[in-house]
Amino acid sequence: MLDSVDLETRLADILDAHRGMEGALLPILHAVQAAFGHVPQEALPIIAKDLNISKAEAHGVMSFYHDFRKKPAGRSVLKLCRAEACQAQGSDALAAAVQAKLGLDWHETSADGTVTLEPVFCLGLCACGPAAMVDGQLVGRATVETLLAKVRA
Amino acid sequence: MKIWLPLDSAAVALGADDIAAAITAEAAKRGQPVTLVRNGSRGMVWLEPLAEVDIDGTRHAFGPMTMADVAGLFGDLASHPKALGPTEELPWMKAQTRLTFARVGVIDPLSLADYKANGGLQGLTRALELDKAAIVTEVTESGLRGRGGAGFPTGIKWKTVSDAKADQKYIVCNADEGDSATFADRMLMEGDPFCLIEGMIIAGLATGATRGYVYMRSEYPVAIKVMEAAVEIARAEDLLGAAFDMEIRTGAGAYVCGEETSLLNSLEGKRGVVRAKPPLPALEGFMGKPTVVNNVISLASVPVIMAKGAKHYKDFGLGRSRGTIPLQIAGNVRHGGLYEIAFGLTLGEIVDQIGGGTASGRPVKAVQVGGPLGAYFPRALFDTPFGYEEFAGKDGLIGHAGLTVFDDSADMLKMARFAMEFCAIESCGKCTPCRIGSVRGVEVVDRIAKGDTSAIPLLTDLCNTMKLGSLCALGGFTPYPVMSALTHFPDDFQPMKEAAE
Repeated sequence: MLDSVDLETRLADILDAHRGMEGALLPILHAVQAAFGHVPQEALPIIAKDLNISKAEAHGVMSFYHDFRKKPAGRSVLKLCRAEACQAQGSDALAAAVQAKLGLDWHETSADGTVTLEPVFCLGLCACGPAAMVDGQLVGRATVETLLAKVRA
Repeated sequence: MKIWLPLDSAAVALGADDIAAAITAEAAKRGQPVTLVRNGSRGMVWLEPLAEVDIDGTRHAFGPMTMADVAGLFGDLASHPKALGPTEELPWMKAQTRLTFARVGVIDPLSLADYKANGGLQGLTRALELDKAAIVTEVTESGLRGRGGAGFPTGIKWKTVSDAKADQKYIVCNADEGDSATFADRMLMEGDPFCLIEGMIIAGLATGATRGYVYMRSEYPVAIKVMEAAVEIARAEDLLGAAFDMEIRTGAGAYVCGEETSLLNSLEGKRGVVRAKPPLPALEGFMGKPTVVNNVISLASVPVIMAKGAKHYKDFGLGRSRGTIPLQIAGNVRHGGLYEIAFGLTLGEIVDQIGGGTASGRPVKAVQVGGPLGAYFPRALFDTPFGYEEFAGKDGLIGHAGLTVFDDSADMLKMARFAMEFCAIESCGKCTPCRIGSVRGVEVVDRIAKGDTSAIPLLTDLCNTMKLGSLCALGGFTPYPVMSALTHFPDDFQPMKEAAE
C-alpha cells in the first residue's frame, strides 16, 4: 500500500512539472502511471482539484483509456497483438497457447504476481507477425517459447 | 568501415539491437574502427534485420542478419552468406518511386546535417520565399489528399484554416496509426523525423499557426523516442522556436483517437469521444481554435511538393488520386513491407507480384485493404486499380493504404465477427448505432455461425443502420469488412459448412 504522504509529495512534483501545459491530464496520468506502476485511485481527486475539473471527469478520462490501470500489474506485462494482420499469421493459436501455458485469460495477472497478460491492437509490426511486447520490448514472429523466455521469473 | 543497421521497430522486434551490440563487440575485439549508423528501415521487412556495409562508396545489403552472420561482416564480404548486393539495385528498391520516403533508411534519422545533405529543408526554404496563399495554392495544385484515409484535399483544409481569423491556430499531426497493416507513419517518424517537422513548419507558415502537436500512440515506443529527440535537436538548431514550436504527445491505447475530433478531445485532456461536425476542426479544433489536423504522411509529403513543385508530384498517379502512396503489405505475405509507388497499380499486381503471394505458400483467399474498417477483397476483384475512387467503386476503401493478406485457411465469418467485436471494444460510446450496433452485430454473427441463416438479412440491415447512422468512421465503416466478407465469401456464412467439408 502506498503511503499517503509519499503519494501526495510525488504527485505534487508531477503536477508542478505539468503546470501551464495545454490539455495536461493525459500527460499527468502517464507520468503517474510511470511513477507508481498504476494510477492510484487516491490520486484522482488530487489531480482533479489541481486541474479544476470534477472528480467524475478525472475518473471518466482515466477509465476511458485502455492503458491506464487501477491496480499494479504483474512484474512482467505481456501484450499480444490481436489485430487482423497478426491473425493472418496465426496470432489466435499463439494467444490460445500462451493463455494455456500461463493459465491466464486476457487482463489477468498470475497469482504469484509474475505476469499480466493483455491484448493489444496493433504494434505496427504487421509484416512480421505475430507481434508482441514484453515489458516494452518489441517481439516479431513471436512463438510461445520466445515469449515465455522473456517473461521475468 | 561504415555499417548501417536499422533502429526501426520491425528490425528491433526481429533482433536488430542484439545484432548492433554484436557488431560493436566484434569491432572492438578485432580492433577495427567501425561507424555504426542506426538508420530507418528500407521497408523490406522479410530481410530485417538488414545490415548495409559501405563498399567503395556503394551500400551493400546483408540480411536477414542473425548473430552468426555478424563476424562475416568483417571478412570477405563477397562470400558472406547473407550478401544481397547493392541495396539500390534490389528489385524491391529499384521499382519504387520514393518521394515521401526518399530518405527513410538512407540517412541517420537524428542527424540534421544528413537530412540537409539529402534534400532536407529545401521545401521550407522555398516556402519561406512565398506568401501564405502561394503555399496553399502549391499544396492544392499538387492534388495531395489526406493520407490518413479520408482523402480530403489537404490544400482546401489548409485554406480554411488560413482564412480563419483567430488569435491562435494549431497544426495537429495525427500519428495515431491504429489500423492493423499500417506502419508507414511509424516508419517515417523513426526513419526521417525531420521531414515531418519540416512539413508541420510549412503548414504553420501556410495557415498562420504557431503551435503544433504530434499525437502519437503509446504502442510506438521507438517512434516516440526518435520524434522527441528530433524536436529537441530542431529546437537547438533554431528550426523550431518563437515562430513555430511543437510538442510530442502520447495517446493511451484508444483506437478511436485516430478519428480527428476524438483525437482533439484526447489532446485537450478529455475522454476521446467523437465530436459532431460541424463545426469543422479547421474552424473550431484544438481548444476551440482553427486547427489543421493532418496525417503524418500528408504532412511529410509537403516538403517534397514544395521543393520539387506541385506539378512534379501531380504528374504521378491515376484519376483524382495524385502523387505516390506508401503501400504497406502485411499479414500472411511472402514479401511484406513498405513500397512507395504512384497510384494505379492493380490489387493483384501488389499482392501477387510485389508481395509474392502468401508466406504460407497457400492460395490467397482475401486481402483486407485499409485496415480494420476496410473491405475484404476476393481474387475476383484483383483487377481493381489502387486509387480512392476506384476502391470506393467496389464498395471498399484504400484508407491508410495497408493491405492484409490472408491465405485460404481464413474463416471469413470469424473475421466479420472480429470486426464487430473490435468495434464494440473500441467504440467511444457517443452514438447508439456504433455502441449498441456492434454488440448486437457480434450476437447476430454468432447466430449465423450456429446455422441460423435467417439472421443474415438482419445483419445486412444492422450494417446499413451503422453505416448511415454512426457519427464517425468507426461505426460507419465497420460494415465494410462485415458486408464484404458476407458478399464475397457467402460459403463461409452457410450452415453446416464444416459437415459439408
